Amino acid sequence: MNQSQGFFKDIQISCLVVGWLLSNTASIILSFRVWGGQSMTDSAPSWFFYSAEMIHSLFLINHLGDIFLEKHWKSVISRSVCDYFFEAREKAVDPENVPPVLQTPHHYLISIYRGKLFFLSVIQTEVPPLFVIEFLHRVADTFQDYFGECSESVITDNLVIVYELLEEMLDNGFPLATESNVLKEMIRPPNILRSVVNTLTGGSNVGETLPQGQLSNIPWRRAGVKYANNEAYFDVTEEIDAIVDKSGTTVSAEIQGVIEACVKLSGMPDLTMSFMNPRLLDDVSFHPCVRFRRWESERVLSFIPPDGNFTLMTYHISSQNLVAIPVYVKQSINFFEAGSCGRLDITIGPKQTMGKTVEDLKVTIHMPKAVLNANLTATQGNYTYDCTTKMLVWDIGKLNPQKLPNLRGSLSMQTGVPNPEENPSLNIDLKIQQLAISGLKVSRLDMYGEKYKPFKGVKYVTKAGKFQVRT
Amino acid sequence: MSASSAFNDEKGGSSSVGEPEYGHDPASGGIFSSDYKRHDDLKEMLDSNKDSLKLEAMKRIVAMIARGKNASDLFPAVVKNVACKNIEVKKLVYVYLVRYAEEQQDLALLSISTFQRGLKDPNQLIRASALRVLSSIRVTIIVPIMMLAIKEAASDMSPYVRKTAAHAIPKLYSLDPEQKDQLIEVIEKLLADKTTLVAGSVVMAFEEVCPERIDLIHKNYRKLCNLLIDVEEWGQVVIINMLTRYARTQFLNPNINESLLEEGGSGDKTFYGSDEDEDEDEEEKEKKAEVAAMAKRKPYVMDPDHRLLLRNTKPLLQSRNAAVVMAVAQLYFHLAPKAEVGVIAKALVRLLRSHSEVQYVVLQNVATMSIKRRGMFEPYLKSFYIRSTDPTQIKVLKLEVLTNLANETNISTILREFQTYIKSMDKDFVAATIQAIGRCATNISEVRDTCLNGLVQLLSNRDELVVAESVVVIKKLLQMQPEKHSDIIKHMAKLTDNIQVPMARASILWLIGEYCEHVPKIAPDVLRKMAKSFTNEEDIVKLQIINLAAKLYLTNSKQTKLLTQYVLNLAKYDQNYDIRDRARFIRQLIVPTEKSGALSKYAKKLFLALKPAPVLESPFKDRDHFQLGSLSHLLNAKAGGYQELPDWPEAAPDPSVRNVEVPEWTKCSSREKRKEKKVEKPFYTDSEGESGPTESADSESDSATGSESSSGSEESGSGSESEESKEASESEEEEEEEEEEEKKKKKKDLKKPVQERVFLQTIAPSSTLKSYELLHRITGEGLSVEYCFSRQPFSPDANMVAVQMQFTNNASSDTKNLHIEDVKLQSGMRVKEFPEIELLPAGETATAVMGIDFCDSTQAANFQLCTHTRKFFVSIQPPVGELMRPVFLTENEFKKEQGQLMGMNEITEKLTLDVKCRNEHTIVQRVTTAANLSRVPCGSDKEFAGRTVTSGSLVLVTVATKEEGAAQLTVNCEKMVIGTMLVKDILQALTQ
Repeated sequence: MNQSQGFFKDIQISCLVVGWLLSNTASIILSFRVWGGQSMTDSAPSWFFYSAEMIHSLFLINHLGDIFLEKHWKSVISRSVCDYFFEAREKAVDPENVPPVLQTPHHYLISIYRGKLFFLSVIQTEVPPLFVIEFLHRVADTFQDYFGECSESVITDNLVIVYELLEEMLDNGFPLATESNVLKEMIRPPNILRSVVNTLTGGSNVGETLPQGQLSNIPWRRAGVKYANNEAYFDVTEEIDAIVDKSGTTVSAEIQGVIEACVKLSGMPDLTMSFMNPRLLDDVSFHPCVRFRRWESERVLSFIPPDGNFTLMTYHISSQNLVAIPVYVKQSINFFEAGSCGRLDITIGPKQTMGKTVEDLKVTIHMPKAVLNANLTATQGNYTYDCTTKMLVWDIGKLNPQKLPNLRGSLSMQTGVPNPEENPSLNIDLKIQQLAISGLKVSRLDMYGEKYKPFKGVKYVTKAGKFQVRT
Repeated sequence: MSASSAFNDEKGGSSSVGEPEYGHDPASGGIFSSDYKRHDDLKEMLDSNKDSLKLEAMKRIVAMIARGKNASDLFPAVVKNVACKNIEVKKLVYVYLVRYAEEQQDLALLSISTFQRGLKDPNQLIRASALRVLSSIRVTIIVPIMMLAIKEAASDMSPYVRKTAAHAIPKLYSLDPEQKDQLIEVIEKLLADKTTLVAGSVVMAFEEVCPERIDLIHKNYRKLCNLLIDVEEWGQVVIINMLTRYARTQFLNPNINESLLEEGGSGDKTFYGSDEDEDEDEEEKEKKAEVAAMAKRKPYVMDPDHRLLLRNTKPLLQSRNAAVVMAVAQLYFHLAPKAEVGVIAKALVRLLRSHSEVQYVVLQNVATMSIKRRGMFEPYLKSFYIRSTDPTQIKVLKLEVLTNLANETNISTILREFQTYIKSMDKDFVAATIQAIGRCATNISEVRDTCLNGLVQLLSNRDELVVAESVVVIKKLLQMQPEKHSDIIKHMAKLTDNIQVPMARASILWLIGEYCEHVPKIAPDVLRKMAKSFTNEEDIVKLQIINLAAKLYLTNSKQTKLLTQYVLNLAKYDQNYDIRDRARFIRQLIVPTEKSGALSKYAKKLFLALKPAPVLESPFKDRDHFQLGSLSHLLNAKAGGYQELPDWPEAAPDPSVRNVEVPEWTKCSSREKRKEKKVEKPFYTDSEGESGPTESADSESDSATGSESSSGSEESGSGSESEESKEASESEEEEEEEEEEEKKKKKKDLKKPVQERVFLQTIAPSSTLKSYELLHRITGEGLSVEYCFSRQPFSPDANMVAVQMQFTNNASSDTKNLHIEDVKLQSGMRVKEFPEIELLPAGETATAVMGIDFCDSTQAANFQLCTHTRKFFVSIQPPVGELMRPVFLTENEFKKEQGQLMGMNEITEKLTLDVKCRNEHTIVQRVTTAANLSRVPCGSDKEFAGRTVTSGSLVLVTVATKEEGAAQLTVNCEKMVIGTMLVKDILQALTQ
């Protein structure tokens, strides 16, 4: 094998020389490329002859910097290309700060960070970076969908399925089948029962029938869906992104809403969802199944749903609108020069909760490095302080409007170090059931095209997204 | 028990085999022999006849590949299983094959026949997958096979197979670029495909193989626009990016006029000295100067196709796919009128909630956009506020955007935000904030003092990095108005004792040197301290110490002469050659010696010249010359394979190239009817997706300018004309002999037109007159024109061919003043225009006759057909048979004339008559249809005679029929070119 490669190399060099001597023609240089085969990828000018498009190779890298999976859609690229990435990774300190796009002498590296894993793709020519990033996230989403999580252990456990998925998702570096419904027809997700059966019978997890989904006008829905119980559930989840300043005034507040659906309906149902107050939604994005024209003209969501779980739509209510802030925070955090200690006093109370209870309330504070320990008392819930990460977490739970939760006490500081100038900001987590804080409400869900009566349900929940209180 | 475990037991229970340890690293065993052995039993498993064993083996092999382990030595064993019945085994074999075929080309060939069989499978999915694997095997020898397979698949019944064919094109191209021409043919064919499934993939192939062949897009442009919404997401991105480039070459800049207006308005902008805008204006001014004249002449009207693109991409801003949203955003940024670009801001802001990588890319693009179009993002200012939990790279980009968005009205809120940022724990971010404050201060003069004071306060910050950054920024700000701020300079001079960051020290020294007149007492003292620590300083600081010394020497030599000498002496022996050079240079310049030249006189001017204040620029300035959203834009460097975004053309190319015949329209002229049609359209296709031409009612496209450019191509036929003239001169002698005779005949002809006409009509009924299209109703925006050669003598001028034109107004409004203008002819040709048609009401038809003297050549007559609103470029090219008129000859006369036109002037061609054309009547009919000739009565053969219209040269045609459809065609004509062409035409008429 190696010998033959060496032989080819010789040919390639002589070809090149002859090529230059003769007429410098392209054809001879091309034959040089062809014979060069794999070895070419390592030599400097070869990529110039390659007209590769989109994604060339993918490496999965864990948080320790081990490459535990590689997939090449074209000629193999040596994994040494990842060294450039490791260099950048080291420089960035925080994995979130690794630049998503890196330039190396012969390649471009585009990476995403998901679930403590890096998905690193190798690109050779111009391609919209978002195209690659979006695709890599889609790959991660697919893993999550198939295996329930996207972690190294789960990927190595299902290496073959992962490889088959990657093979189907990308053809020659261009996305082929990225719809989960289509993929599941071709490659069945593992489940315990089947894996037991498979080991006993030697069966496979590759679909016996060839998928028809890609052939239809509705590529996101697989054909021949049948359920005994037909049901459609919709979760309207809203997250409040807010910045509240020291004095309690809202600097900016936005709502990020998403409607997740779990639709288990037989046949080809055609659904229409209408809202009580669709005017609220001025910036939306849809699953491809939603008919945009209907939305434009009638403000209803009309769609043939994919089978199973999917995100129907996301919407964004920007800071120009008035956004209700469910809680207020009274806080004071002070550091004293003398005695090297600090004081902390936080109280949280309800503000605009629309009569609902605030649950799962949690405050996270990233303390300055100088804070060694915290000695606090909480009137409700527990607090923990991690000395290494400097994270103070106060888990409150349910907010009782009659008795407001309070956390106060002293912070012990490192001596001999000047006081931190900055005050840490507070990140708030909360949840309000049965409420969409924007006031959005689904009024109807109608089904056409099928005769049975489905069971329908809509659930609302409001959460804090990036909710930050500056101090 | 499962078969595989039974097998493992047999193998002596080697544990590593029993448990399929995909994750297990074989190298960790450390012994190569065991590794080798392992492969051995894999081979055995592959050779077994149990599918489960094969599957097990393949799974382990694929796991090895996934881990990056070499499994190439298993190639022979694996490739045997390519025809395995089990689908999963087969799939894994494919995976293996694609990975290793390139390294084992000879062995890989063994598998080809399987795929070739697969290509013929009745199941479309098997055909597609066979093509997919076949094209993924990078083995050069099979290039011809691949080419053949792609060609076949491109005309497959199944769109899915055609899609796979489109995918295979770039693969083959990268394997063998010499196939380019053939592949372009396939691409052209697939571009015409009307299914959404194929559209994205073929455009991807187009971008890969022949992005320069923009002409292939013309005919498919409207279709692509209309299909876009139904194409899968990834295809949408590719198509939108390609159409952006296309539109840049085909349409006019929609902002020509607006940029003119802006120029007038830029006067009041200058007071806050927004550098970006000014520069931009200046650049544009040059362009405007050129464009202005043109723009003033006629108001800009957007091409309906341009509008179509903008309208059909807009809904995609609502896509869930960030790449699609970005693609539309860049399309709008590069193509839309300024007033409409705003719609993309909301969608881009929405993307900021996505994954941090998406944020990173989007913010980069927003940063570039916000420089050019600040107003667009101003309403979303708060969405760019920074959270302490954002990653630093996101923070810095947001800061960039905030800085770009700053203006007089919002600067106070922005500065308040900046104040909180300065307290952040993230010091890199704080440094970036200080830079940002500096930029705001330079751009907005009102807040300059406030910013400066704020920065001075930061000088007492505990963090050295913060102080250093502040010093650098303050230095830049002070340069703008140093007189007012000598106290700040003093303050900074004191800092030299504490600040260790070299850049900051260098900045302070430069400031003191530059403005030493403002701090005359402190400056020498600073130099003294610096001289002391000179040897321990960084290089940039050393250079500034030398500069400081030089400047002080020039202004205050009494106090500093010795110090300067000392510093220069130290520098002379420095390790860095830059510093040694600088010292040598400065000593020569400032210390007067006998030898010192004229330069030293000017030393003061050289060193203490007034220096322009630095411009604090955004790093994103001018990045928009890269197509937004591209990798090149992100890196601010041209990436391989990047296609430049072309500049707008000065005059739009002919828009009619995009016209296509769409049969649906033939009968419905009103919009309502068309809407009914739409019900049949595929799935979700935009119901508003009317194709361009329907818009013609609301806006006129400027084809007038466009068609001018297209006219150039039509003049290329001049070569043949000269040939013709040569031949004409050859036959001149003969002509002279006949001249007199002909003259007589001409007179005779003229005298007997009626007789001839009657005769003609009996043989060539008018129904056989073929009509040609002059102007299609799509191109003509409702006006369609057909013409035919009426074969009537043109009464005003007997040397002209009569052309009967039929005008039909399909539009909903009246057409007025139909006439001809700007006739472009070959020399010698003449045209007699038809009288102007003053009014052609909607739905009506009118006819007119014009005469053209073609000079016995088939050169086209080009002219413009004008209505009261529009001009259409049209041309009439006559078939050779219309360049003659029939003459009456008796058989004897015919034979005699024929006898004189022998040799060079006779062309004989053998032919087999069409089955339907064996009887005399059809032959006569076909010949007289093809050429305007009359039959010689009572002839034994079928003989026809005529004369060319202009020169009156005789044209004699004989068709002699033999048995079984064999025939011989003879044409005698003194004009050889006409003769040759006529033979061709008649031959065609008789054989088809």
